[in-house]
Formats: sequence, structure tokens, C-alpha cells
Amino acid sequence: MFKWLKVLSFFVCILIVGFSGLNVYAAEGELIGAGATFPQPLYSKMFDIYFQQHKIKINYQGIGSGGGINQLIKKTVDFVGTDAFMTEKELKDAGAPVLHIPTCLGAVVITYNLPGNPKLKLTPDVIAHIFLGNIKKWNDPKIAGINKDVKLPDLSITVVRRADGSGTTYIFSEYLSKVSSAWKEKMGTGKSLNWPEGFIGQKGNPGVAGYIKQTPGAVGYVELLYALQNQMAFASIKNKAGNFIEPTPKTVSNAAKVKIPDDTNVSLTDTSAKDGYPISGFTWLIFYKEQNYAGRSKQRAESLAKMLMWVVTDGQKYVEPLQYSPLPKEASTAAQKIIKSMTYNGKPILN
Amino acid sequence: MTKTDKSERRFTNIIFISGLSIIVLLLAIFSTLLIASIPSIKTFGIGFFISKHWDPSLEKFGALPFLYGTLITSIIALFISIPFSISISIFLGEFFREGFISNFLRSSTEVLAGIPSVIYGLWGLFLLMPITRFIQTSLGTTPYGVGIFTASLILAIMIIPFSASIGREVISLIPADLKEAAYSLGATRFEVIKNIIIPYARSGIIAGILLAFGRAIGETMAVTMLIGNSNFLPKSIFSPANTMASVIANEFAESTGITASSLIYIGLVLFLVTMFVNIAGTYIIKKISLEASKEVT
Repeated sequence: MFKWLKVLSFFVCILIVGFSGLNVYAAEGELIGAGATFPQPLYSKMFDIYFQQHKIKINYQGIGSGGGINQLIKKTVDFVGTDAFMTEKELKDAGAPVLHIPTCLGAVVITYNLPGNPKLKLTPDVIAHIFLGNIKKWNDPKIAGINKDVKLPDLSITVVRRADGSGTTYIFSEYLSKVSSAWKEKMGTGKSLNWPEGFIGQKGNPGVAGYIKQTPGAVGYVELLYALQNQMAFASIKNKAGNFIEPTPKTVSNAAKVKIPDDTNVSLTDTSAKDGYPISGFTWLIFYKEQNYAGRSKQRAESLAKMLMWVVTDGQKYVEPLQYSPLPKEASTAAQKIIKSMTYNGKPILN
Repeated sequence: MTKTDKSERRFTNIIFISGLSIIVLLLAIFSTLLIASIPSIKTFGIGFFISKHWDPSLEKFGALPFLYGTLITSIIALFISIPFSISISIFLGEFFREGFISNFLRSSTEVLAGIPSVIYGLWGLFLLMPITRFIQTSLGTTPYGVGIFTASLILAIMIIPFSASIGREVISLIPADLKEAAYSLGATRFEVIKNIIIPYARSGIIAGILLAFGRAIGETMAVTMLIGNSNFLPKSIFSPANTMASVIANEFAESTGITASSLIYIGLVLFLVTMFVNIAGTYIIKKISLEASKEVT
């Protein structure tokens, strides 16, 4: 009987460990992060170089911003990547102040598949009506009117949108909510939306890009990075200042040349910067301001702060080669100031 | 107690606990799904299955489009696959039981069964999608290329190996004397297949088909890539639609609160539907094998 119990308790132990999830911190000297998938290639590169230079191992898992924020609130990670500033509710759930630092910029581009892949120009209004399903043909006078030099075919527009909840959809819908009242009323802003009937949903940037490449007449929105890597055609968009801006890492960085508030909580969509691409946004790393929680050591807090400092300063030179958009100087300065406000037992970590 | 007695005892215990852990696992999955879906069950109740609106921005959720999409794609896939899988089973189980062709075909079906579903999805994107688009253009409907039709087609291809390999197994087990007796009475090959093989192997063939149906219901990746992920009740066979497995795979990663709970609620339903198909399957097999044994003997 005793043996029997022993075996049973062994199984119970396995089950408990299995169900309770991994709530254990990794070894000292290794930092753990999780979150947004969009900046993951950049972070992998940066952390790899950081390891070579500083012998600190950093493990970043691209599980999505939502999942990352959950992990931070459960205090199982040191830092989290997110494409959207935390919401009021998330900040409240966190229990203690959470800091955000921008690390680079991303942009969403309107990409399409048309014969000859001409360069199109689009206005905010036209984009809203295409993605509301109101403009149904490529040779619609509204599109033709701003693209007089392009011969547009008599082709149905097939709209492709993200089927999964994503930061890309968030930035895109936030932009359209700012520039179109019809959009704001009908669709709003969110990571997943209630799209009109007849739109095709595809999973992830690769899914959307893949479908567009296969389908003449398709239009969709993907990360700039994706469009560049896949050599897809994308549109120049009229910004707030009235200029048609072609999305490039440079014009996306330009979008951040606005006044950055102290907490860096600024939406860059529909930017007022005159040479900035209007569907741009920061991607952030977030972490607790007070680093002494869940039994973390001071050394751990220090190596986190140093790593973050490196990301927004020296690390920035690795941003552009990977076709992301680096932080402009003002944003980097703001981020440095925030990192310096991190504390351990109420005392600043970096001097 | 002797040493052998002890080891015997230990062995029995291990076997018993392994068996028990399966039940525990099943209950654990069920209760995790149930607990996590309670907020959604409380908010939407049974109306969840009747409402056809899935609106993440207003947090109003109804699962009818997904339930419908899962069942319709699986059923269409089943009907497309049945003639093929039965033919393959008869071909391999009766006509070419040995030899090069048989080995080649048999290992081909086995390889097909082992291909990861994302590869089926990719292949569908590159081959089935243009074909569907061509059909749609000739019929004059909107040429989406993806939708129920494409998804059912890929599902059919994916499940054929399952039903075919079980069917072949059962058919090759039919006692030779039964067939020889029929031949000696002057039956043609077709008559033997019709009157001996099919009735005798019926329960096995149906078991294979039901297993395939179960797989079709739960299939996720390939369907996600080819169904168009539209959260509306489809209007025609070419409309984009969505399935239960696909919506969970798509939306779960970035969902929180009631949205996550509603997705888990869908997971619970998927779990119950699969369980129901399995139980129904076992029941049918039992009934049919009883009848078949009466019929043949």
C-alpha cells in the first residue's frame, strides 16, 4: 500500500509541476524577455551582439504583446516587448508602475498586386474606403484621380486583413480612426476588428503577403519590413502636412520627429512631422520601475538596466541594417532618462 | 511475499497508474477548458451557439459561423474522400496485396499521412488556390481562391490516407476461404467485392472514415491558410468562412479577458464535438460489426 502511494504521489507531483507552468527564474546572469514578434529579429541580433560584448545572455521569446504583458504581470520575465503602449487596465493589473522605452520604429504599408506593380499614391480617405469595402474596383475614380500617371485595370479589389490579433492591425486601425470619421464609427481601433463580410483573413504578415502575391487585385497591410524583404509594391501615403511620403526606414524615423512626452506615450500615426510616413509607431520594451520584486537580486536589476541603456544608445546602430527604423535623437534621450529612473529598493540603479 | 510476487505487484501498479493517468489527463483537459470558459458561458450562455456575430471590438461573441464552418468543411471533405479511400483500400487490400506497386502505393499513402499540415497548407496556396480561382472566374463568382471549397479539398486530401490505410488493413484480413467459397460458386470479382468484402469489412471501413472525420474537425493550420478566415456565415460553397480550430489558432495569442474566455469556450465545444463523433463512431462500429457478422456467416 505504501509503495502504491509513493508511485501515485510521484505522478501527482509530475501533474502539478506540469500544470503550474514554469514559474522559476532562469539562472543568474541570464535575462528573460517575451512579447511582440515584430521586433524579434532585431532583438535577437542585438542580444546576440550584447552577449558577445558583455557576456550577459538574454533570452527573448516572441509570443505576442498580449502574452508578454501577461508574463510581466505574473512576474515571470524581466522585460517585455510590445507594439502598443499598455492600456489603463493593463497598467492597473500590473500593480506597480511600469516603464516604457521605445527601441525602434515600425510602419505599416499598403501593399497590392496589380499588373506591372505600379507605384500608387493613396490618400487617407481612399485607404479608409478601400478597407471599409466601399471602393470595390481598382479603376474607381477616387483612386484614378490621385494616380493620373498610372493606368489602373478594371479589376475587383480583394481586401486581405490579418486573421490573428496583431499590433499591425492596431497601428493601422489607429491611423484610420484618426483620419476617417466613417472608420472610427464603424471599425474603431483594436488588435482585431469586426471586418466587413467578403474580406479575406490570413494569419500573420507572411500569410497576408503570401495571399497578395498570389492574387491579382488583392490589397492588404503588412509591416514595412515584410514588404521590403519580399520586394512587394507599396503605396506612398499623403501625410498630415499634405506630402505623399514613400515608406522607407528613413521616413518612418522622421515620423518620430515630434515632441516626445516624458513617458514616451505618444502615438505617431498621422504624425505632424512634415516628412514623416503617417502609419508609423514605436515599439517598446516595458519593465517594472521598482526592480526589487519576486526576489530579484540587485545584480540582476543592474544588468537589466545596463542592457536597456545599450539598446537605446550603442545598440541603435544595428537597427537600420535590418531594415527597421532607428530612434531619432529626441526619442533616445527620453528613453535614457526613463532608464535612469529605474530603482532598486527605491534607490536609482544607474547613476 | 516472494521477490516475484513483489515485482508482479509493482508491474500491475505501474500499468494501473498509466491507465489511470489517461483518465486524469482527459478530465484535466476538460476541467481546464470548462473553468477558463466560465466567464464567457456566464455572459453568453447557450446563445453562444445561435448568435452569428463575432465582434472583438464590441466584445460580443457568437460561435455559430465557426461551428457551421467546421462541420460543413469536414462533411464536404468526407464526401470527397470516401470514394477515393474505399477504392484505395480495395486496390491495396484485394487487387495488389504484394509486389512493387502495392509497396510503393502503400508507403505513399503512409507518407501522405505523415506530412505536416502546414505543408499541405502551403501546397494548397500554390496549387489549389489558383485552380479554385480559375473555377470561380469561369463561374463568374468573386475569385477569392480561398474559402470553403478550397479548405474542404485540402482536408479531403489530408484525410484520405487515414481512412484508406485502415480500410486496407481490414480488407486484407478477410479470411481467404470466404472469398474462395464465393468464387467457387461462380461469383465474379466485382460480386465478391460487393457481396463479401464490403459487408465483411464495413465496420473497419466506417471506423477509418470516422477517424478521418475526427481529424478533419480538428485540423487547424492547413485550413487556416485556405479558408479565408471570415467570421460570417458562408453564403455559398466558394465563400470565405472560418472554423473553430482556426479561429482559436488565429486569435488566442493576442486575446485577453472575455475574448480569451470565449475562444476557450469554442475550444470546449470543439472538444465535446470531437468526443461526440468518437462515441458515435464506436457505437456505429459495434452495431455494424454485429450485423455484418450475422450477414456473412
